[in-house]
Amino acid sequence: MDMLYNILIDPFAQMAGAPDFLIQVIWEGFVAGVLYALIALGFVLIYKASGVFNFAQGIMVVFAGLSLVGLHEKGVPAWLALILAIGIMAILAVCIEKFVMRPLVGQPDIILLMATIGMTYFLIGLGEVIFGGEPKQMITSELGLPTGSTAFEMGERGLVILQHIDIAAAVIALLMVGGLAVFFNRTRIGRALRAVADDHTAALSVGISLNQIWAIVWFAAGIVALATGIMWGARSDVSFALEIVALKALPVLILGGFTSIPGAIIGGLIIGIGEKVGEIYWGGLVGGGIESWLAYVIALIFLLFRPQGLFGEKIIERI
Amino acid sequence: MFYREAGQYKTTYAADQQIFPIRQDRIGIAVILVVALLLPLAASEFTLSAIAIPFLVLALATIGLNILTGYAGQLSLGTGAFMGVGAYSCYKLVTIFPEVNVIVHILLSGVFAAAAGVVFGLPSLRIKGLYLAVTTLAAQFFLEWCFIRIPWLYNYNSSGAIEVPGREVFGTLITGPAASGTARYYVVLAIVVVMTLLIKNVIRGRIGRQWMMIRDMDIAAELMGVRPLIAKLSAFAVSSYVCGVAGAMFVFFYLGASEPAVFSITLSFQVLFMAIIGGLGSLVGSFFGAAFIWILPILLRVGLPALGVDVAAETVFQVAQMIIGALIIFFLIVEPHGLARLWAIGKEKLRVWPFPYA
Repeated sequence: MDMLYNILIDPFAQMAGAPDFLIQVIWEGFVAGVLYALIALGFVLIYKASGVFNFAQGIMVVFAGLSLVGLHEKGVPAWLALILAIGIMAILAVCIEKFVMRPLVGQPDIILLMATIGMTYFLIGLGEVIFGGEPKQMITSELGLPTGSTAFEMGERGLVILQHIDIAAAVIALLMVGGLAVFFNRTRIGRALRAVADDHTAALSVGISLNQIWAIVWFAAGIVALATGIMWGARSDVSFALEIVALKALPVLILGGFTSIPGAIIGGLIIGIGEKVGEIYWGGLVGGGIESWLAYVIALIFLLFRPQGLFGEKIIERI
Repeated sequence: MFYREAGQYKTTYAADQQIFPIRQDRIGIAVILVVALLLPLAASEFTLSAIAIPFLVLALATIGLNILTGYAGQLSLGTGAFMGVGAYSCYKLVTIFPEVNVIVHILLSGVFAAAAGVVFGLPSLRIKGLYLAVTTLAAQFFLEWCFIRIPWLYNYNSSGAIEVPGREVFGTLITGPAASGTARYYVVLAIVVVMTLLIKNVIRGRIGRQWMMIRDMDIAAELMGVRPLIAKLSAFAVSSYVCGVAGAMFVFFYLGASEPAVFSITLSFQVLFMAIIGGLGSLVGSFFGAAFIWILPILLRVGLPALGVDVAAETVFQVAQMIIGALIIFFLIVEPHGLARLWAIGKEKLRVWPFPYA
């Protein structure tokens, strides 16, 4: 009985008792969710265009963030470092396309997945050799991003604190999704990307260059990774630990569906808010720390009812 | 020329169905076994404990994963956690029943891992492929969390780690820090050889064929009378059992003490790499893959400074990681079916040599 009370009644009583705290928790979850969504966005971009499940997206985030900070540490001004970091992601995209994706065209999914894990290993090693293994401080103020925070009064007894950088992250994520939507739907390259996603062979036959498209997609994913790296880095540090966090994008993708950009965003928010609220209000019952797996279990339960995700295409199987 | 089955007539069904139907294979296996048995005479304590023992244990874990991913076609990223279940349940068994032979405990601990595997394998009945991989990630992170948050599992140690107590078999110390490398090596070798043989036979038999049917096309298999529930869950159970035993051995014969971080996702990936590089759906490939992924970094760490590449110890580790990443991609490009396929091609070449046109 006590147990049931603790699970079913008490958390809600706490929520009702301190609505300002609840809003704070939901806000924290929202911001974490935005960042998960950004990582997931990188996954979706590549999955849509090439059917590759890009495991290296997490390390690409770290790598982009590290090159930005590393260049700045070498004395390069922040704006130039940003441009150079974008350049590095472009070079990376071309290299990945040329040396990994092109030779592996037509291989089964698992082989491509493995290749991206191999890439992860390579990039971790490369990043550590070049930039060292220590966490680095993100150059938030130099990039012109807001720091500081604003407190909102909630009635007479509550206070909700919003970090400006979090608001900036949400805005940037929104802009990115908007920009990608326009890019996909309104531009020539975007149409070519969607054509490739629909059918490789048909796209080839109408004169779309697969190699070029893939390089562009990896570059777009690289830019998303750079934005994610800046935002994550501003919240904590730029370190290789981010790579494990990036795995959280997988349950996000499952919730949203592998091929849907809005799905990535909404899935990210559900996972982000769900795991924060779960951790704060229910985590204490089992000793805390459930954040590390709650997202996966949410995704697992979800999968049992809707295997293709919220917005994914229906899976049809034939013999 | 030397590797040719010509003239070896099979006169009984038993002879035709044996594991190694070709005489040269039997000789080869015998030679490998003899070398493995004599290895402690030639090898140093370091070679035995840091290379040979973990190689054998990880090869067994790779076989476990290969059953699931290579034979039954269910992608799993939770191998590390299932190995952890084996290790922790073995530790609990050994401390609760100290008078029972430790080898019995090690073999029993796999049962707990199998149970965990079946529970987390349940979603495989509805989902497959990458989606299933995510549910096994749930297993990975949830079980890892259990190892940290449930103090009963590590007997309320203040360090949060499990330490292997010394246990004797036939008057020889085989576990714990004081046990000699040779003794541990022989126990590991015996378990790995016996289990590999058993698994080989399971795969050759009815269950193994059902797994492969499920892998190749589950709907078609179902129409032909294979029950997916039984086939998939038995694959999860057997695979997790093998992984659990490997995990128990990993701690009891190699590490000596372990903390939850040992069974992190890194280990899962390492084993998955071994399975892929070695060749999915191949037992001999599991050994190749384990050797490649486990021994190569050690060689690189020893070899790079010796080659005159003067770098700090830390950098060697990172460079080794880069090289491994690059090699993985290289191998996937050159031979996506793994080292086992290279081995098969080599055998075929040897068969027709020196008359390749014959």
